[in-house]
Formats: sequence, structure tokens, C-alpha cells
Amino acid sequence: MVIALLLLISLLSLVGYLTNVQAARLMRQREIRPRGMDRTYGLHALLTIALPGITIMCLWLLLGSTVVQWLVFSSLTENEISQASHAELSIIKAEILALSEGRIFGDPQQYKIVAANRLNELQAMGDILVTVCIVVIGMLALVLSRRKVATGFTARPHVESIIQKMMMLCSLLAVVTTLGIVLSLLFESLRFFAIVSPVDFLLGLNWEPQVAMREDQIASNGAFGWLPVLLGTLLITLLACLFAIPVGIATGIFLHEFAGKTTRAVIKPTLEILAGIPTVVYGFFAILVVSPAMREAARWIGIDASPNMALVAGLVMGIMLIPFISSFTDDALDAIPRNLRDGSLALGATRAETVIKVLFPAALPGIMGAVLLAVSRGIGETMIVVMAAGLLANLTFNPMDSVTTITVQIVTLLTGDTEFDNPRTLSAFALGLMLFLMTLFLNVLALGFVRKYREKYE
Amino acid sequence: MNSNIPQSTSAEITGTLQLARQRIKKRKALDRLLFLSGLGALAIAVSVLIILIGSLVATGHSAFIQTYITLDLDISERYVKREDPFKGQYRNIINEALLQQFPGVTERSAQRQLFSLPSPAAQYMLRDHIASNPKLIGNTIRFAIPVSDPYDQLNKGLVLRETEEQNRRLKQQQINWFDTLDHRGLISNKFNWNLLTNPDSRFPEVAGLAGAIMGSLYTLLICFAVSFPVGIGAAIHLELFAPKNRFTDLIEININNLAAVPSIVFGLLALAVFLNSFGMPRSTPLVGGLTLALMTLPTIIIATRSALKSVPTSIHDAALALGASRQQAVFHHILPAAMPGILTGAIIGMAQALGETAPLLLIGMNAFLAAVPNTPIDASTTLPTQIFLWADSPERGFISRTCAAILVLLGLLVSMNAIAIFLRQKLEKQH
Repeated sequence: MVIALLLLISLLSLVGYLTNVQAARLMRQREIRPRGMDRTYGLHALLTIALPGITIMCLWLLLGSTVVQWLVFSSLTENEISQASHAELSIIKAEILALSEGRIFGDPQQYKIVAANRLNELQAMGDILVTVCIVVIGMLALVLSRRKVATGFTARPHVESIIQKMMMLCSLLAVVTTLGIVLSLLFESLRFFAIVSPVDFLLGLNWEPQVAMREDQIASNGAFGWLPVLLGTLLITLLACLFAIPVGIATGIFLHEFAGKTTRAVIKPTLEILAGIPTVVYGFFAILVVSPAMREAARWIGIDASPNMALVAGLVMGIMLIPFISSFTDDALDAIPRNLRDGSLALGATRAETVIKVLFPAALPGIMGAVLLAVSRGIGETMIVVMAAGLLANLTFNPMDSVTTITVQIVTLLTGDTEFDNPRTLSAFALGLMLFLMTLFLNVLALGFVRKYREKYE
Repeated sequence: MNSNIPQSTSAEITGTLQLARQRIKKRKALDRLLFLSGLGALAIAVSVLIILIGSLVATGHSAFIQTYITLDLDISERYVKREDPFKGQYRNIINEALLQQFPGVTERSAQRQLFSLPSPAAQYMLRDHIASNPKLIGNTIRFAIPVSDPYDQLNKGLVLRETEEQNRRLKQQQINWFDTLDHRGLISNKFNWNLLTNPDSRFPEVAGLAGAIMGSLYTLLICFAVSFPVGIGAAIHLELFAPKNRFTDLIEININNLAAVPSIVFGLLALAVFLNSFGMPRSTPLVGGLTLALMTLPTIIIATRSALKSVPTSIHDAALALGASRQQAVFHHILPAAMPGILTGAIIGMAQALGETAPLLLIGMNAFLAAVPNTPIDASTTLPTQIFLWADSPERGFISRTCAAILVLLGLLVSMNAIAIFLRQKLEKQH
């Protein structure tokens, strides 16, 4: 269907393009100068045909099936399923959808078959309607654009303003994405807070998101206090930073101040490789190498360590952050004007004194920005902790214990079948909202640091 | 020489000199300390990379080799009907061939142990082979069958013969059978093409990455098709056309912040909007590609803007002076000149997207699927989610396969980055 519609739209626009190019050429043959290049007229037809067509198609693809299903299901509620509970309703809907795709299980009731048929009919009708719509509008646009060629219409400003608007829409997509993130997180979180009070969520010390999925199931009501989860996140991020910040900054300083050209040429790509390794690989590295090694070490020292202790996840996350911090430090040192360094050296300071007393303080805002960005990345990092950290939310700050993080909880709550009507699923969005706000705060702070720093030396 | 200088002053000078020397020594020690700590930090970073790659290669290389057993299989019509070769009892054919090798095994339980030697998936491989060559029915054919995981591990030395029998996955009898077959020259090692050409499977010896590679390809194609044109359009608008006002500033800050939003948040967005509101199909490269496109967009916009900035303004001015419109100057002159830089940024963005896992988990691209996706709206996995799936599998054979899958992924990433570096160098030569 999509391919057919796309082909149809391309065909129509191509016809439009060629018609207008031909028309302009004919005018030239009759020695009337059209006010624009032939292909600009062609482009005008192409854009005026293709854009509405693609818009209609996208709208239909995105909203069509939802509208059709809503039409069918809302006509159902009146008779057969008025007493059905919410859960039963969704099962009935799924059954009707399966029927409409031709998958029949057992002996379905008559009204479901009728509904499935109606669903298919409406969908087919909609498809035809949309196709007709695209063709009619396309033809109309073609005729209008073709008639304009002869009337001394200057095509270029029009074409360029269309392209201009398209480019503006492109740049708005980033804003729309942010809005989408904020709105979807807020909307689902509000639904969550309608069930669980925000005070319980923000101040609760217990995180046990097990909820009965069906009424006959025996399960606790679930506890949704996010503090232990937050504490776990902070613990792992702190461990990562304790490892990554000194090593990263020292590496950056060494690269910039001490390393020769050849060392730099070898080390820079090495660090870039380290930065480019997907986090799922780090996660597996944690399971395969770091975790057994650490457990062995803990047994050797005689400390009681949990199998997925926070230290492992923290250490591996720290490895991931090293190249991040070192390259930012390198850049920050690079941005310092040369005369600061030269002045210090000329006064007889040694290299180390120049670095510690002159360069480091000068680069500090930039390095601070890097550290904040690293913390934000650590908090939002998912795969390493999903694979190496635990699932149970323990209220502890012991690095040898197992803790869980916000991202781990989001992944475990949302993998598998998700129904959007129970607090278990919705709590993931509340956690997501908190995660988004925390990282946003850190990012804004970090970008502010970096910008101020840049202004200072430019 | 300095006869006219009093004795005491000379001693003072020596004293001060000594103090100065001591101080210099201290200062130089600090210099050395800083140098050594930098070197140490660097050594940590480099050795971690070496350990990482080393352990992956050490564990993963064995997955590129697979142990096969070659058997003479009698495709008799007792088991396979000519009219419907798809419904044959291929398991029995393989078992009979094994019994031919060891006619002494008569006891039921011993036979069952013997039959565990070929992979449980072998019967389907044989079925597909016969179904595509129905002429073979009634003949005896030589056929290489992958052995099941414990025997494969034994052959690679990963199951140690010295381990006590109760702690080992194979009984002594089973090892003896395997060795006998080896003596008869029926056991062979082949390059494991299955790893690249097969879809996923529950049995590690035949599990492959074909589905994940196709899924990643479709996902990346969709991601590229959306983020590349949109990113360039946005960058051109912001860099060359947008009026300098608060709204433009807002968009810029927004893009910079979007680049630092955790990837899992994009997964939440995709789940709530693409899957829940728009009703797009779950687990598909279509949704995965769109999600990753939103994530890659800031990277491409930022890279494109710096590429556009690096094109000399004289080109723009010259085009305008010759009567081109601003858009003509941009599309005919500036954009082509900036293209290598834009492509470099796009490739780096795609490499990031190829390794991204977390948002794809939330839209269900980590389901077990034993089929290769044919279109972008078929459910599928991607390379990183497949790695995550295999890392979670309890079978021992999947450990080395996970490493092998990681090596394949890293290989792809390194080659993508190599292309980007090549483009960058070409670009530097141009200017």
C-alpha cells in the first residue's frame, strides 16, 4: 500500500514536471519568453503535486488505522460488550484484529466476525478514498501549475519559498522531538500520579513494582518509592566518576602537554575506538571479564561481594567515560591562548607548574563542563547497568552490594508485553521523566560552563 | 679568581645555591610525577582496550569454526515420500546412519546418548537439502552435519577430558564415540558460514546473525533516509537563512540539549508515540529506524553546520555577484563543497546508530525470531539487540557466539569509521 501510494505520487509529480518543462519549451518555440527557467516551472509542478500527496499519505498511514478501529469498536460497545471489563475488552479487540488479518483461532462469535469484516471494509474504503484524494488533488495542482506557465508567472520565488519553508520545518523537527519527549513523559507520568501519589513516589523508600495483572492473581499492591533506585543510580555513577575523572583528566593533560607527535598519533585513535565501542559491548565485557575477576579479588581479600555488585557496573561505566573526559580536557587545553603557556614558561616555571598553576585553572570551566556531561551520561547509561547491575532496589551505599538504577528499572518494566493501564508500566514513564529532568539540568549547566569558557577566550 | 670577595659571602652563596638546587630538584620531581601519572592513566586506558579486544577475540574466535560430522545418509523411501519430501522423518535417517557407525549400541538409553551427537537442527538442514533436490530420494548421500554444542566444545578443547565425569557435560562413552568417529576421519572443522547466513536459533551450533544483520541494515537505511535530508535541511536553514532572533537561539539550544538526552528516553518517546498513539507495528526496523533518526538528527545537524561554516564565504559571494539567488548559491556551490564534511558527520552518526541498543529494547526489537526479515515492517532484531539476547542465553555455546557477534559489529563500526577518516583526510587535502 505504501509503495503503491509512493509510486502513484512520484508518477503524478513526474508527469507534472515534464508537462511544465514541455509547456515552457513550447512558449520559447513560439518566441514568448517565459519568466523563469524551464526546470523551475517543472519543479513548481513537482512540489505542488508531491507535497500535499505525501502529507495526505502520511496522515492516513499514521492515523487511518486508529480511526478505523475506533469507529468499529465504538459501534460495538452499545450491544455485545457492554458488561465486559477493561481487560476483557482489550482481549476482544485483539481477537477482532487477528480475525481481520485472517488469523482464526477456534470458533469466534458472530459479532466478532461482523466487526472484523467491517474493519476490513472500512480500511479498504479509506484506502480507496485516500488514493482518489491524492489523484484528484494532484491533478488539480497539475492543472493550476500548468496554467500558470503561460500567464507570466515568476516561478522561482514561489519554488524557493516552498523550499525555504520545508527547510524551516526540518529545523523545527528538533523542537517537535523535544516537545514530544516532554509531553509524552508528562502525560504518562500524570496518569501514573493519578494512581500513585507523587509524595509516595518522590519520598518513598520502597521500590517493588509488582502489581497484579489480573484480578484473580495474588500479588502485593506494589510500592513505588523511587529513592532506592535513585540512590543506586547515584552510587554507580559516583563509582564510575571516581575512576574516570582522574584517569580521564590525567590522560587529557598528558596528551596535550607531554605527548610527542607520534604518541599522539597513536593514542588519539585508540581513545576514539574506546569512545566508539557500543555500550552493549561494554556490558558484555562486564559479564565476561570484569565481574568474575572482581568476585575472585573480593574472595581473595575476604570481602563478601554480591554477584552483580555495583562496583563492576561502576568500573566498566568508568572505562566508557575515560575517552569522553580526556577528549574534552584535551579540547579545553587547546582553547587556552598560547601566550598564557609561553608567559608562564618564560618566567621559569616548569612544565608541571605551568599545568597546575596556569593551564588547569584556566581550563577548569571547560573541564567542569566535561565532568558534568560525563555525570549526565553515566546517569542515563543503560546497557552496561542492564547487563551488569542488579534488579532489586536495595537501599544501600555499599559498592559490594547489588543495586539497581533508573534505566535498569525502565527497561525491565517495559520489555515484554506492555499494557498502558497499570501503574507498573506507567511508573517507568515517571522514572523516565525524572531521568530526563536530571540529565537536562546537568546538560544545561554543562553547556553554560562551556559557553562561558568559550566567550572568555574568543 | 674571586679573591676580593669576603669568605663569609662566598659561603652564603654556596648555601643559597644549595637551597636553590634542592628546590629545583623538588620542582623537577613534581614535573616527573605529573608526567608519570599521565603516563599511568594512559596506560590504564590503553590496557583496558587491549584486555577488552583481547578477551573478545580469545573467546570469540572459536565461534568462527564449527565442527561437522560427515555421514553417509541413506535417503530411503521408507522415511521420505517422493510426493512430499517436506514431511520426511529425517531424524530417523540421521540416527540410522549413526547406528551404522556403531552397530554395537543396542540399549535404548545408550542409543539416546549417541543420537545427541548431531545438532537437533540437522534434520531441518537435511530436509531443506532434500526438498530442493528431490532426485536424491532413494540414493545414499554424503552429508556434513554440524555436531551439537557439547561435542563442538569438546572438539575445540573447551570441555576438558580431564574433568570428572559427573561435572562434565558429556559422558565418557560419548567422548569415546566422538574420538572413534574422529579416527575414522568423519569429523571435520569448517569455517562457520552459518554464523553469517543463518537466522537466530535456539541451538547455538546453527544460530546465525543473518536476521540481525538484515534488521540492522533496514533500520540504518530508514534512519539515514530520514535523518540525512532533514538534518541537512535544518542545518542549511539554521546556518544560512534563519534570522538571528530568540526563536533561532531556542532551536539551537534545543538541538545541543537533544544531543545529550539519554538514548533510553528516545525509546520511551517511541513507545508512547510511535507504538501507542500511531499504532505502528512493534519490533520492526521501521519504528527502530525512525527512533534512531530522531537520535542521530542532532549529530548530523551539528556536523553539517560546521561543514557549511568551513566553506569560504567568497564562494557564496561570487555566486551572488554573478546573479545567482541565495538558494542557488547554496545548493549549487556551498553544499557540494561541504559534502565530504557532511558525509563524514553522517557516517559517524550512522555508526552511533548502529551500536545503539537501549531504545530498541523498549520497542521490542529483542524478540527471538527464527526468520530473516524481508521488509522493514517485519519484526526483526538488530546486531546490538541480538548480542544482548545471546548474552542472556544460558547455553554455553552462546558465549563464544556473542563474542563473535560483537567482533562482527566492531568490524562494521571500524570500517565505517575508516571511511569517515578517509573522507576527512581527502577533505583536508582539498583545502
